[in-house]
Amino acid sequence: MQYVLLIYGEESNWSDLPPDELRTMYAEYMALASDLRARNKLLGTNQLHPVATATTVSVRDGEAIVTDGPFAETKEVLGGYFVVDADSLDDAIEWAQRIPAARHGRVEIRPAIDHTGDRS
Amino acid sequence: MQDAFLRAAERWPHDGVPANPGAWIVATAKNSAIDRIRRAQTLARKTELLARAVEVPETETSTIPDERLELVFACCHPALAADAQVALTLSLVGGLATPEIARAFLVPEATLAQRLVRAKRKIRDAGIPLRIPPEHLLPERLRTVLATIYLIFNAGYGPPVRRDLCAEAIRLALLLATLMPDEAEAHGLHALLLFQDARRDARVSGDGELVLLDDQDRSLWDHAEIEQGRAALERALALRMPGPYQLQAAIASLYADDEVDWQQVALLYARLAELTPSPVVELNRAVAVAFAAGAESGLALVDEIEGLDGYYLFHAARADLLRRLERVEAARSAYAQARSLAPTDVERAFIERRLAELPQ
Repeated sequence: MQYVLLIYGEESNWSDLPPDELRTMYAEYMALASDLRARNKLLGTNQLHPVATATTVSVRDGEAIVTDGPFAETKEVLGGYFVVDADSLDDAIEWAQRIPAARHGRVEIRPAIDHTGDRS
Repeated sequence: MQDAFLRAAERWPHDGVPANPGAWIVATAKNSAIDRIRRAQTLARKTELLARAVEVPETETSTIPDERLELVFACCHPALAADAQVALTLSLVGGLATPEIARAFLVPEATLAQRLVRAKRKIRDAGIPLRIPPEHLLPERLRTVLATIYLIFNAGYGPPVRRDLCAEAIRLALLLATLMPDEAEAHGLHALLLFQDARRDARVSGDGELVLLDDQDRSLWDHAEIEQGRAALERALALRMPGPYQLQAAIASLYADDEVDWQQVALLYARLAELTPSPVVELNRAVAVAFAAGAESGLALVDEIEGLDGYYLFHAARADLLRRLERVEAARSAYAQARSLAPTDVERAFIERRLAELPQ
């Protein structure tokens, strides 16, 4: 099953880190990605630019509305994600626990809908 | 939405859990339940349990109890909200009908039905596994299962007492202890529920008022059930893996003695406080100390407890100790506070009675 692990946290949790702690944290992320890859379970992962770089688009009555900022102003913001292949929710939870941001922020686990086999 | 497992287990609340639940499941599957199982597509799709229950020949029943256990753990998965865990366990493991569960928890039937639908959908869509958790997750998951069963019992204990819920919780506790015989806390919980249930007829008076433990008419206690509780406690202690439910059961066992050994009770509460620190445990310990060493000592401990200002029993206990020390006005004021915080009429009436007993 595919799961998307959405990483939420306050940006200061990583932007305020001293360089050596930042390095350690990145090393943990790399190790996690590497372990997932080794088991053929990594389907995608990205760290996102800060929320200040976000742009929100919506289309209403055929008109595109483009605005600066995330879709909602929240204290904890989306910082990155992993897309993993896991046997069960418990497996996804185990991977999510290893995400460094989970220690200060939260990781939301969403199962992805399997559209393979849908006829177009 | 048909729940085939519910059908298969619906006799258990009335006949009691059979000695070999697995064999019973297979036997039932061979009866008319088979048709209902086949019709229950949603549940069958997300759990192989039913398919296996129908296919496995009667001789190979050793895996069936495991599959029932798998269902228990799935129902109590932490990814499900507590009220969903309880509803699902009662429905799929306990075999209670939706209207029964709704009535027990005083929610509209439609609400309960939706809760069950959402929970089953989550199990399917989020991939909650149908299995006994691996070793490293087992202690924490077992705690959730035990806590869910205890929640069900407490919902039934009230007051008012709802016998079918209490009985269901005890059946579930017995099931768990039977399926996981090496888990001391499973036996511990089973024992604790038996001891508490044994007091059900003495707990509320004819007028519907709450009767505290020391005031209870012990002839109304179910002594056969107390003996069962003692046997379950023995089984737990033999495994030499102490835990909070066993401690609570041991305390309950001591309460059931003709002469309560308050010293021991106080010691057990102290140990319980180490495992599961909480002001309520401290309060119970203080009350035991008061019986063992006098009201003065008990009151000293009670006055050190923080965080219970909103809890009516805290003020009631303080009031009792003040009354015993003949500090009447202080007792009166503490009872008044208890009364203002009492959550139900039964409990309020009990405080009223205590207030009335004070010298004017």
